[in-house]
Amino acid sequence: MKIMNCPLNGPRNISEFVYGGQVKTMPDHRLSSDSAWAEYVFYEKTEIGLVLEWWLHSPSSYWFIAERHNGSDEITRTFAPEAIFCDRVDFKTSEVPV
Amino acid sequence: MTRLKNDCFGQWIDTTQPKKFTFEGNVIEGFDGDSVASALLAHQVWVQSRSFKYHRPRGPLTLSGQDANTLVQSPKTPNLLADRVPVEEGLQLSGQNYSGWLGFDLSRTLDWFGRFLPVGFYYKAFFKPRGMWALWEPIVRRAAGLGISNLSVKADYTDKAYLFCDVAVIGGGPAGLHAALKVADGGADVLLVEQDPSLGGSLNYHAFSSDLKETQRQRDALIRNVFEHPNIKVLQSATCNAWFGDHYLPVLQGHRLFKVRAKQTLLATGSSEQHAIFRNNDLPGVVMCSAIDRLSRLYGVIPERPLAVLAGNDLAYSTAFSSHDAGATVVAIIDLRAQCDDQTLRAEAEARGIQVYAQCVVYEARSEWGAHRLSRVDVHGLHHDSGVGQKVASIDCGVLAMSVGYMPAYQLACQAGALLQYDDANAQFSISNLPKGMHIAGSINSVFTLSALECDARNAARAALRALDIAVAERDEAVDCRASVNHPWPFVKHPKGREFVDFDEDLQIKDIVNATRMGYRDIQLVKRFSTVGMGPSQGRHSALPTARLVAKATNRSVTQTGVTTARPPLTPEPLGLLAGRRFHPLRRTALHHRHLALNGQMIPAGSWQRPAYYGQPADRRSAIDAEVTAVRTGVGLIDVSTLGGIDLRGPDAPEFMNRLYTFGFVKQPVGKTRYAVMTNEQGVVSDDGVAARLSEHHYYVTATTTGVDQVYRDMLKWNAQWRLDLDIANVTSALSAVNLAGPLSREVLRQAECDLDLSPEQFPYLAYREATIGGIPTRLMRVGFVGELGYELHVPSPLVGELWDRLMTAGHAHSIRPFGVEAQRLLRLEKGHIIVGQDTDGMTHPNEVALRWAIAQHKPFYVGGRSVEILSSRPLERQLVGFELTDVSTQPMEGHLVIREGEIVGSVTSCEFSPTLQKIIGLAYVHPEDAAAGSQIVIRIESGVCAQARVVKTPFYDPDNARQSL
Repeated sequence: MKIMNCPLNGPRNISEFVYGGQVKTMPDHRLSSDSAWAEYVFYEKTEIGLVLEWWLHSPSSYWFIAERHNGSDEITRTFAPEAIFCDRVDFKTSEVPV
Repeated sequence: MTRLKNDCFGQWIDTTQPKKFTFEGNVIEGFDGDSVASALLAHQVWVQSRSFKYHRPRGPLTLSGQDANTLVQSPKTPNLLADRVPVEEGLQLSGQNYSGWLGFDLSRTLDWFGRFLPVGFYYKAFFKPRGMWALWEPIVRRAAGLGISNLSVKADYTDKAYLFCDVAVIGGGPAGLHAALKVADGGADVLLVEQDPSLGGSLNYHAFSSDLKETQRQRDALIRNVFEHPNIKVLQSATCNAWFGDHYLPVLQGHRLFKVRAKQTLLATGSSEQHAIFRNNDLPGVVMCSAIDRLSRLYGVIPERPLAVLAGNDLAYSTAFSSHDAGATVVAIIDLRAQCDDQTLRAEAEARGIQVYAQCVVYEARSEWGAHRLSRVDVHGLHHDSGVGQKVASIDCGVLAMSVGYMPAYQLACQAGALLQYDDANAQFSISNLPKGMHIAGSINSVFTLSALECDARNAARAALRALDIAVAERDEAVDCRASVNHPWPFVKHPKGREFVDFDEDLQIKDIVNATRMGYRDIQLVKRFSTVGMGPSQGRHSALPTARLVAKATNRSVTQTGVTTARPPLTPEPLGLLAGRRFHPLRRTALHHRHLALNGQMIPAGSWQRPAYYGQPADRRSAIDAEVTAVRTGVGLIDVSTLGGIDLRGPDAPEFMNRLYTFGFVKQPVGKTRYAVMTNEQGVVSDDGVAARLSEHHYYVTATTTGVDQVYRDMLKWNAQWRLDLDIANVTSALSAVNLAGPLSREVLRQAECDLDLSPEQFPYLAYREATIGGIPTRLMRVGFVGELGYELHVPSPLVGELWDRLMTAGHAHSIRPFGVEAQRLLRLEKGHIIVGQDTDGMTHPNEVALRWAIAQHKPFYVGGRSVEILSSRPLERQLVGFELTDVSTQPMEGHLVIREGEIVGSVTSCEFSPTLQKIIGLAYVHPEDAAAGSQIVIRIESGVCAQARVVKTPFYDPDNARQSL
């Protein structure tokens, strides 16, 4: 069984973690085409190389990001999501709040 | 027969402790320390099994559990390896896979028809015409099976244990012992795993020098140091059966499975001796040299009949000499080579009166008619250009010991991703591309001499220590590994065949070569077509000859063809070890024991236990009906503690709610609840619940019993990206809840001393209030899931028992009834309320289940919003509708298909007989053109019968929703 290093809890068996999909950048949901949106929702990177993935340490409900080589399955680093998602995200508000 | 028992021979047996067991009904006397196979061989019982396909008699080959020739059966357990099973008083064993008796197998005739049973025969002959295999299979299986499982046997106790170490050293032979000591001296914790009952490996049986005693003294010192070392833990009679990621190693020892987590793995697994391939090389009596060494040195069994040795390397001579010195009659050494590496060996042989046939080969092994045992070998000359030449001699011998090469025990390394390479020119193996933290030492690393082994082991230990960040001052030692042990081509083809490549599967040279001629060039395809290497010994002896034959037949090198993939497990694993004990976490609500006291029939709901109904199973229907009637006409009480509860607090709580759920929540008034539907990014309905706004910055939202964990995780993940200012807490277990429902519920709540104005004006439908009920702080919600006046009461879990009792007491005069999940499902169905996960599936979007109303149209964003918008712009493919059947004899079940013009268009998701309405009602996905009330749909029910149903508007009951807002 693999070991993953949780940035919050340290090295743990992989069975304690839940995969949360690749880290993707959401396109502007108002401006992107239907196909660009579908690509964002359904497609993941499949080229061999390093990928960034969301992982959850299930007992502590802590989400973090892992960099993994999808060919060798080597986890090259793990880090808190703040390293990428450091700013508050706001969506353009409509004129009439509901 | 008498056994040889002195310092160097018969080391493992205790001749003062005889032990009797039976084999095939005959009493055999062995000694403590014997394996079943060694005790049988001491009694000249060479036939210990029958082969899988041709039912040829087979005897021990390796005497170390590496072959399948010694598979025997006990009354309890099939497929025991006789050379691994220690003798015990009263043990009862028999052969397996024969009809008649082991010495005269009626199925032996299969051997004579062997040429009509080529590889692929079963595929070609029995699978056509279609369906025929079903008829043939039982017959073929009976003839080709292995042992018989005794299904009435009580399973043995098995368990699991966990071990942790810095370095796991696999293999307790010379390399493993030296490596373990070196690593332990460096300060690291070592786990040493040895398959045999004693440490020592080849030091126990191989004559590394003519001075056997000196080798044993060195060995004993090593073993003593290992056992005395505080940093080393030793597991004997233990098998490391696989390598899993990051050095997670399953180690099997008796009835226990150790799950070992190591930081580094050092493989000193050695190598397995390979057989020579010639006609009748499977005759009982044809064995590996290492088997003869083991037999004499470990068990004191010296061959009584003349022994001949087939040599492809110098190591064979040591077997010949030590057997001779122990009293065996060694009649000949047949050497495939023209010269020995050590020129003195020939003279030494002659000094012992052993005739050496240089550059010769065993062309055929023969037995006396009916004897099933080697009696003679035909020796032919060998020419490098023209192959096998004239017959040189015919040698009478009862045992032929072969030493023509060693294959590294590469399996664990290759499971970890290492590559096995073979240098065709020098017949040398090498293992490369080892994963991080894995090291190899000893003969697995093609190092065979004792002095070189020691250096190699210390080097590997140093590498392991350095990888553990332990400073190692010394430099690595040079390893001299000039010994060549592999003969490049120990194959002798015979016109009549029966030169076995794979003993397990009865495969001969021509079977492998023919597979390549049929186009299977890839080694993996050859394996699948011919089944080579698929038997119990998993290619330990067949992998190399197969690779060599395929390489030659396809004009490639062995490195190019490669060997077949090694996968776990290394040796057969008893399923009991894997099964162990179960761990299914079960959750009970705080009211569990009250349900039991009330005769609640508990059923699983996710990981929870919930009462389905209250009463005896025999009265199920009437109990559910009575519960429904109580809610519709009086008052009922249900435990809804399993509902998920999530608290959202902070200035951004309204904004967050607005993004997670489809409805608008920013303007939700404090003290009000709203239905909350969630879609995932694909626009699929993923969960629903009720959101109450407790204050400006505080929401309490419920989620479905099975969905709450995912909802909570999704919320955390989204906010890990959005970084809004709020806290998200899963309070599912902290709060418990009950739903008091029915026209009399207001009265009951009042009598339970709720300090709140419960009038409809002050506490109307969909309102949220906080109050105390008999002093218990309560969050009250007026919701209408079951369609009656009702209150959902959320209280701290430790207080819910008290609340339940208080309500039951207050309701006593009104004949309050607790109701279960079954009644609740029926009640909500009468109201046409969907259950997410039951009435929706992984494709359901809001428009299909008429939830358009629950989507705020002018929000800047919600998860899934864009996808819902795209889906909404397309024509609907199906729609969830209510239907009813007046004919009560044909109730459809959940999952029954909706058929339209012969095509499947949907399925029934919920269906019940409604005692209130006296008809069958249900929800089903139908074609959008049939969605209008009054349409007729066809549902295919049990045994293909089609039922007509009518689409009706929901709710089925109280269509104006008057009762819930009383």
